[in-house]
Amino acid sequence: MNAGVKKDYLRPLDFKHGRVDMNHGAGGRAAAQLIDELFLRAFDNPALRAGDDGAVMDIPNLPPGHRLVMATDGHVISPLVFPGGDIGCLAVHGTVNDVAMMGAVPFALSASFVLEEGFALAELKRIVESMAAAARDAGVPIVTGDTKVVEKGKGDGVFIATTGLGALPAGRRIGGALARPGDRLLLSGSIGDHGVAVLSQRESLGFEATVTSDTATLHGLVAALLAAVPEGAVHTLRDPTRGGLATTLNEIARQSCVGMRLQEAAIPVHAEVEAACELLGLDPLYIANEGKLVTAVAPEHADAALAALRAHPLGREAACIGRVVDDAQRFVQLATRFGGERIVDWLSGEPLPRIC
Amino acid sequence: MKYVDEFRDGAVAQALAARIAADCQPNRRYAFMEFCGGHTHAIARYGIPALLPPAIRMIHGPGCPVCVLPIGRIDQAIALALRHGAIVATYGDTMRVPASPAAGPPQGGQHPLGGREPQASRGLGESLSMMKAKARGADIRMVYSAADALAIARAQPAREVVFFAIGFETTTPPTALVVKQAAAEGLRNFSVLACHVLTPSAIAHVLESAEVGTLGTVPIEGFVGPAHVSIVIGSKPYEPFAAQHRKPVVISGFEPLDVMQSIWMLVRQVNEGRAEVENQYTRAVTRDGNLAAQRAVAEVFELRESFEWRGLGEVAFSALRLKPEWAAFDAERRFDVGYQAVPDHKQCECGAILRGVKHPRDCKLFGTVCTPENPMGSCMVSSEGACAAHWSYGRFRDIPVVAEAV
Repeated sequence: MNAGVKKDYLRPLDFKHGRVDMNHGAGGRAAAQLIDELFLRAFDNPALRAGDDGAVMDIPNLPPGHRLVMATDGHVISPLVFPGGDIGCLAVHGTVNDVAMMGAVPFALSASFVLEEGFALAELKRIVESMAAAARDAGVPIVTGDTKVVEKGKGDGVFIATTGLGALPAGRRIGGALARPGDRLLLSGSIGDHGVAVLSQRESLGFEATVTSDTATLHGLVAALLAAVPEGAVHTLRDPTRGGLATTLNEIARQSCVGMRLQEAAIPVHAEVEAACELLGLDPLYIANEGKLVTAVAPEHADAALAALRAHPLGREAACIGRVVDDAQRFVQLATRFGGERIVDWLSGEPLPRIC
Repeated sequence: MKYVDEFRDGAVAQALAARIAADCQPNRRYAFMEFCGGHTHAIARYGIPALLPPAIRMIHGPGCPVCVLPIGRIDQAIALALRHGAIVATYGDTMRVPASPAAGPPQGGQHPLGGREPQASRGLGESLSMMKAKARGADIRMVYSAADALAIARAQPAREVVFFAIGFETTTPPTALVVKQAAAEGLRNFSVLACHVLTPSAIAHVLESAEVGTLGTVPIEGFVGPAHVSIVIGSKPYEPFAAQHRKPVVISGFEPLDVMQSIWMLVRQVNEGRAEVENQYTRAVTRDGNLAAQRAVAEVFELRESFEWRGLGEVAFSALRLKPEWAAFDAERRFDVGYQAVPDHKQCECGAILRGVKHPRDCKLFGTVCTPENPMGSCMVSSEGACAAHWSYGRFRDIPVVAEAV
């Protein structure tokens, strides 16, 4: 009897030629369509499929006393796609890593998109699919999300904010304030790859580098590390992202009220990264990484920890780069490869090329 | 990196350090100035002071082009962008130099790019910088070369594009070339705010200036001479200076072993009572320099009678401006941007530090209100400045630190 009622029809999104418009953020049918045809399809999981305002999920099975860890990260990057990754996978890696650096096991992510009017749907699809693949590879589903559209000129294509939840086993204490004098500082691999890969894509620089971003999820590496040493041996875990290794070590020194002594010769830097930094007058110690961790480990377990890092594919180039020392001034000092001594200070402002 | 690592070899450095120490005469002190910011940076970054005997003191000179750029020039550049609506293109580390608090649109005036000017910046508020002006709507672009600035002018024929041209003799020839190129192409929207300065006059000023009398005797016994600058101007221009002042000059490359070897050469000159211009950087520097570059500069630029240097004050015949025949490309002639000198903080000791009379730690502002995040004086402005280098790399030497060896 309803033969005269036409079937609800929506012309599918044109992912070849279409562009984001203000309707996609207006909360109406177009917004729902974008969610259905793009985000839900890519991120598919039961919590998201329920289509509610929030995700309901089980907390992974852990003994009593476990706690939740929550971390959030906004991702803005230009260019959106760079050698070795794009803003999509970066948005997953960055937040999964923040959760992992607490010693927690990440189990869920949220994603909030701010899209710029006029952004090509094809490019959005590519980014979302990369994000979905990263979440699948990490084994951490994106269970809830949001989409907003801003007028053309008020965004930079796409911004992605992600929040991650992780489960922290009972009794585990890992944090920036827990490094102690005597601890060994282990770095999981070479520094500066991500920052140089991104810089190399900025057209104004006009140089071609073969460097690819190191962007990766580190929770597997963290699990391998923690499994290799007794609980409590790993005092601090950090991923040296913006501001680079130098800034991360200064943060730890400040939080833990300690100093550090580093050996420059022990810090792995790929030749291409070093060459690019040389050319641009930048210091690899201040360049961003997206797939490296630095850890302060009790000295008696440092060898086992280093061996565990090196046995993992993401830690093959891991090295002991120095040690934590008692220092009320909280200086991070560096014995240079050249045989001299200096401080490695906080990054001051943005790293800018020198003209001389 | 092949051809670079060889100049950073720790074993060679140790050998050189031993020779320097062996040649230092007992009970004698040696104070040398490295003029260039590039040398200051190399000394700080590679930790060279730890390799030198205590008898040798390195004084960081005024050769950091960003540091010596006076506040009034930054004000001009910001005014060009904010008041005249020009695209201002400049080298990266110029972006951070604080301008005077009064820079930007005049009080109560209408912002040329719309009403985005917050109240706080009116009159005496927070100091602007080119980076902060950019956040307030000024169209300021960071470029890696003068040619990039010219490319912007080509691509945006409807906009005025000003290249804020700073630097010593190293960056002057490229500016001369883009001015010539712009003329050849008939570009009418491109001009240059020329703030190029000259090394030999500044080195002489460090020893000769009237302030030296009031600040005390300058204890400098020799100079590590510029690397890149000397590639352009050659070693000849330092000869009258060395003869007149009886001070040795060793032109040095920017790699840490270059610097070590040059210091060794200076120690030997002092010991032997010589005051010669020696060239350590023979792989790049000749006596006459790059004549083609010198010709291009001479064609486009002429001497300014006087130019203000931040930290040094007015220095006679120490900078360049465009010759009258290139007036169409001279931003100072094209736009109404009068120059106004802006003094540094009263307690700033940069003048004495740049002349080697005082050490950064002697300054009351150093490390308290004056840090790289909030530079008050020229020496803190860029990482190559004497105070910034000491703050970022060397201040641990001022404070006894109990440090174990790794």
